[in-house]
Amino acid sequence: MDDSANRWSEQRIETIVANLLRAGVVLAASVVAFGGILFLIRHGREIPHYGTFTGEPEQFRSIRGIFGGAASLQGRNIIQLGLLVLIATPVARVAFSVVAFALGRDRMYVCFTLVVLAVLIFSLAGGRV
Amino acid sequence: MNYLELTPLLWLGSLVAGLLGAMTGLGGGIVITPLLALAFKVDIHYAMGASLVSVIATSSGAAAAYVKEGFTNMRIGMFLEIATTVGAVAGATLATHLPASQIAIIFGVVLLYSAYASTRKISAHAKAPADRIATRLRLDSQYPTTAGPQSYHVRGVPLGFGLMFGAGTLSGLLGIGSGAMKVIAMDQAMHVPFKVSTTTSNFMIGVTAAASAGVYLQRGYIDPGLAMPVMLGVLQGSLIGARVLPKTRTAKLRLLFGAVVAVLAVEMIYHGITGRI
Repeated sequence: MDDSANRWSEQRIETIVANLLRAGVVLAASVVAFGGILFLIRHGREIPHYGTFTGEPEQFRSIRGIFGGAASLQGRNIIQLGLLVLIATPVARVAFSVVAFALGRDRMYVCFTLVVLAVLIFSLAGGRV
Repeated sequence: MNYLELTPLLWLGSLVAGLLGAMTGLGGGIVITPLLALAFKVDIHYAMGASLVSVIATSSGAAAAYVKEGFTNMRIGMFLEIATTVGAVAGATLATHLPASQIAIIFGVVLLYSAYASTRKISAHAKAPADRIATRLRLDSQYPTTAGPQSYHVRGVPLGFGLMFGAGTLSGLLGIGSGAMKVIAMDQAMHVPFKVSTTTSNFMIGVTAAASAGVYLQRGYIDPGLAMPVMLGVLQGSLIGARVLPKTRTAKLRLLFGAVVAVLAVEMIYHGITGRI
């Protein structure tokens, strides 16, 4: 097996992964900050009630609700959208690893990574199959 | 206090937590929930939600720097991730059934253990012979040193896998990264070199937390107004911390932060027992 070529492609993959992670975090933080500014301008003088747990309303809890609210430029919905981008970053990394292992013809690790990806999607889909 | 007054305070507290967490290697996420619950009187469920998203941010932010150095073992990480993600979903689901006071007590115990673990010396492993399971899973690898690439053998795979399930469960149950337990599973049980353990653990933290985040989001634990300053503060703090890290002497700082964590732990347990959380 051509070991040096293999090493090179591994390094290339690592560089792509590093850039993917950085881009995800920067994008998420920017969206959260933008939404935060909008939210504070409009609702800054309201009093928060964090002391008692009531749970977030539906529009902040489901992927569909978050996208719907963000489209209408609601500050808090834009923050949630940014947090969704943040949560999606490690998921994207795992998805990318499936491809990376497949390129390396590493069938066993393609399977392992697919299991991890399935658990992540199951969780994000609301724990319902 | 309204949002305009509270937000800068939350941001500042999170910044300091992220800074100290990065400089001591304990991670800022672990003190966020006690900080919010004890100092800001935030309900523990909202606190855990804000803590969890900040854990994902710092893990991904730091991992971007680590992967290029070539320490992270992707095979070890991905294989053990099966255990941590399943554990995380189980833990997050369990969190929705436990009363807040019990979560606070468990949290305090885990904090105490983390404070203790941070004082532990880094163990040097004797070069172990190849292990049958690790060889089959092709977990053995090498890492860069000043004297060229150093190869290592991994062992204790079943125990490590089991401990990782536990680490994942705690992560989901408490909204933390449980990096300390992940490092212990790799370093102690599997004899992975310390530097590889810490970077691989950091990579795993983000994926594990993402598995819990789905459950947290749907249960309404993640409040945008609260998570915004906390996530931004911890992220900025940890990035600054990583930058100043090589220039500081961390021994005293570790001791100080360890003491802070221990005090928070006792407070959490006390509040949990007296039912004030």
